[in-house]
Amino acid sequence: MSAWLWIIATLLAVAALGWVFRAGGRWVTGNAPRFRDMSYGEAFGFALAAAALAGGTWLYLQPGAVFFRWAVQGFVIFAVAAYLFRELGRLIGTEGTRKLFRQMPLTAAFGILVILVYSFVAIFAGQISLRTVIIVAVVGMILTEIVRRNTGDAAATGFGGLVFAVNLVFVVMYLVGPIAPHGQEQVFELANVVAGGDPALGGNPDFPLGTDQIGRDILSRLIFGAQNTVGIAFVTTLLAFFLGGTLGLLAATLGGWLDQLLSRGVDVLMAIPSLIFALLLMTIAAVWAPQTGIPLTYFMIVIIAVIDSTRVFRLARAVGINIVVMDYIEAAKLRGEGLGYLVFREILPNATAPLLAEFGLRFCFVFLTIAALSFLGVGIQPPLADWGTMVRDLAAFINYAQFAPMAAVTPLLAAGAIALLTVGVNFVVDWMLQKSSGLKE
Amino acid sequence: MTEARDLLLKIRDLRIEGRSDEDWFPIINGVDLDLHKGEVLGLIGESGAGKSTIGLAAMGYTRDGVRISGGSVEFDGIDLVNAPARVKRGLLGRRIAYVAQSAAASFNPAHRLIDQHVEAPVQHGVSGRSDSIADGTELYRKLRLPNPDEIGFRYPHQVSGGQLQRAMTAMAMACRPDLIIFDEPTTALDVTTQIEVLAAIRQIVQEFDTAAIYITHDLAVVAQMADRIKVLLRGDEVEEADTRTMLSAPKEDYTKSLWAVRSFERTEKPLAGADEVPVVSVRGVTAAYGDTPVLHDVSFDIHAGRTVAVVGESGSGKSTTARCITGLLPPLEGEVLFNGQVLPADYRKRTKDQLRQAQMIYQMADTALNPRRTIGQIIGRPVQFYSGLHGLRLRDRVNELLDQIELDPDTFYHRLPSELSGGQKQRVGIARALAAEPEFIICDEVTSALDQLVAEGILRLLARLQDELGLSYMFITHDLATVRAIADEVVVMKDGRVVEQGGKTEMFHPPHHAYTDLLLSSVPEMDPDWLDRLLAQRGVDNIGDAAVDKM
Repeated sequence: MSAWLWIIATLLAVAALGWVFRAGGRWVTGNAPRFRDMSYGEAFGFALAAAALAGGTWLYLQPGAVFFRWAVQGFVIFAVAAYLFRELGRLIGTEGTRKLFRQMPLTAAFGILVILVYSFVAIFAGQISLRTVIIVAVVGMILTEIVRRNTGDAAATGFGGLVFAVNLVFVVMYLVGPIAPHGQEQVFELANVVAGGDPALGGNPDFPLGTDQIGRDILSRLIFGAQNTVGIAFVTTLLAFFLGGTLGLLAATLGGWLDQLLSRGVDVLMAIPSLIFALLLMTIAAVWAPQTGIPLTYFMIVIIAVIDSTRVFRLARAVGINIVVMDYIEAAKLRGEGLGYLVFREILPNATAPLLAEFGLRFCFVFLTIAALSFLGVGIQPPLADWGTMVRDLAAFINYAQFAPMAAVTPLLAAGAIALLTVGVNFVVDWMLQKSSGLKE
Repeated sequence: MTEARDLLLKIRDLRIEGRSDEDWFPIINGVDLDLHKGEVLGLIGESGAGKSTIGLAAMGYTRDGVRISGGSVEFDGIDLVNAPARVKRGLLGRRIAYVAQSAAASFNPAHRLIDQHVEAPVQHGVSGRSDSIADGTELYRKLRLPNPDEIGFRYPHQVSGGQLQRAMTAMAMACRPDLIIFDEPTTALDVTTQIEVLAAIRQIVQEFDTAAIYITHDLAVVAQMADRIKVLLRGDEVEEADTRTMLSAPKEDYTKSLWAVRSFERTEKPLAGADEVPVVSVRGVTAAYGDTPVLHDVSFDIHAGRTVAVVGESGSGKSTTARCITGLLPPLEGEVLFNGQVLPADYRKRTKDQLRQAQMIYQMADTALNPRRTIGQIIGRPVQFYSGLHGLRLRDRVNELLDQIELDPDTFYHRLPSELSGGQKQRVGIARALAAEPEFIICDEVTSALDQLVAEGILRLLARLQDELGLSYMFITHDLATVRAIADEVVVMKDGRVVEQGGKTEMFHPPHHAYTDLLLSSVPEMDPDWLDRLLAQRGVDNIGDAAVDKM
């Protein structure tokens, strides 16, 4: 009963605060339009936000709220990092990219930063070979030449600068060595070392994030997990887009019975719950993999790609159908252009914005599916490090949350890594969607 | 006559800025405006002149990303720029109303017309729901909508465009406002429909003695509606005078050039001899979309170097005929001959050379040009596709084409369509058609989306190209002024049939078919008394859709 009274009293207090805030604002600013035209609902919102902030501060100061404190600190650190990153982008780069960063919301800057950091960690987790460095340099040179031929000089200079920077990073990282302090499969004598590296609390400075139940370094496995999970998710998404995008645009362009056949086929695939379908197929693949000698991971990539390509197909077809009815497509058809020219030169360039945004979203879903499959034990197989598997293996530690936060944090690290990437990618996708819809106006 | 009336709207030195990327740029640079009670002011100018922006500012409103940076807007003594939101809420819809260009887009498709009609009076406490429904029905009757007792209970999609525009006017009248802003209310309508809406708007504005700002780019329309006319050019006022003075003695050069647009007229070429083989011959074409028949036994010839204008309202089958000629819609019966040879019905069965010979220019340049390809690529592709030119020779040919359409090659070669104005885009569309070196070009309403000055430029360009290259045009249009300007022969279509055809001069002189007569008489003229005369001549019930229905 008293809890209800408390809630009602707090709400009333907030309501009164909102009224006072608006009236005070009007009085102080001499009836400025900002406060004069403010509705009571808006004022209440401000008051509610202030109350929430006050409550947060109170909780932050409580000695027991360790995880809340960490979350707030993390939030502030990420926000500051994103802000600094955006400021950096505004200073460095070509006129075009500088303008891009000037108009970018902080969330998008954060998302891009997260993606960059993850790619960096994933690529340089282990020692890269000299051959990789040379390949990157050659590919960079070829790309620069292509860009130089197809666009203006300004774009080519900017692109050349980017390629040079990437090459420099590769050379430096080749000399510096791997980021991960240990191998992902390396087993140490010390199992279940607590994170934090403080010997008094059961930690070990050699393993700053502790070790798992059979004595593998969690920090190294987190870093290699980026390589495995993110890399495989990226390849899978690419494959899904290649399949779904091509078929979708083809169905939109040709229409008729091909469209019917493909669309109904996709409907059938989409009717089956995707995770259960994936599980079923993975079980079958698990039998086939040893017989054929193909690693199970390859089967997983194909299975998830096919299941996810159905969503891509629908989007590509829907976007394509809107473009196909345009007069410029009719003009190209009447000119006698072939199918390839129609799809790749006339339709695809106009479908890139929604497809790119979908790529970001789809990447998150694929990534989560892989983590989920690994968590269920049929995804990426040990000894390869994978975030989903890590969460499952260390899940029991969450029970210590109340009295040993440092021990409970171990499963949260991998889960947090998944969450951070998902949020970051979504921020970038939101920003791109907003940009592309704004351009249409 | 205006001095005796009270000043209703007073705008002084109004400055408005819009935001693009990161900068504010001026849209309106200090415009003054006075409007007295019961007076109609016409605002005219090209697109981008700031007509609509001023119209909205007169309500104290600006679109997103636009701000009033200076000056004052006073409505009946109330300063609208600095008025509190509460005061504005009390005025808008009740004392100031707005009629938008596209009634179809402005009505909520999920609610009945009458429900949307009564919203303002009920919200503002002017009258109760049942009273305002009765009043709405009365307004519908005054505006001569068919079935005034029932039409309000229909949804917007169940009502035709012209009727919807009149229902919108009735809605604006619901609270008997002091000021209505009409933003191009008839631009999207056919000529025969437009005249009904014009007559209705004028009658009701006079009856309730409402002041109005009438925004349009059509001079002939504004001549019928307004007491005074203000001419705008890129956010500046050019001149202002009462309608008769403005029409008879414009002062500024810009106004004179606007007035002169309608004087462009080519001399008609003599009809081709009977033994001459026509470039394109449409013979007894009957076509249908699925089970819906669209064309019935359509036949006409287009001779070398001539322009044949195909005229009719929307839905009369003009564009479908073009689709039959290009092969997009294979006809059920009949055939299309090109220089005496029968063309395959389906464009996919035509040879590259047959496809090359017939090109199209589209109405909406926005959808006709791929937004992701540069002008050079858009024009260069047909050149490369048909003639196989490469590298520098391709570039030279594209430059030549750009010169032909009077665009500077160095400036425009690398631009994207979004960086061009409407008229420039239409020119690129023409260049793309020319790039194929055709004998015959179909122009599908190429000027109807453009301002009059720009449209005139396009017509002159097309006429010049015809003389230089000996092209034949099929000119689809609903605008008879365009026909008068460019056509040699005219084909009038109605409900998928050819109603009448012949030489231009012949067509513009009576006697003609009743439908042609209606079309011709519905084209507004620059004479302020034209509408009165027409109404006196034909009677209010014998114009527009009502007259079409009687045929």
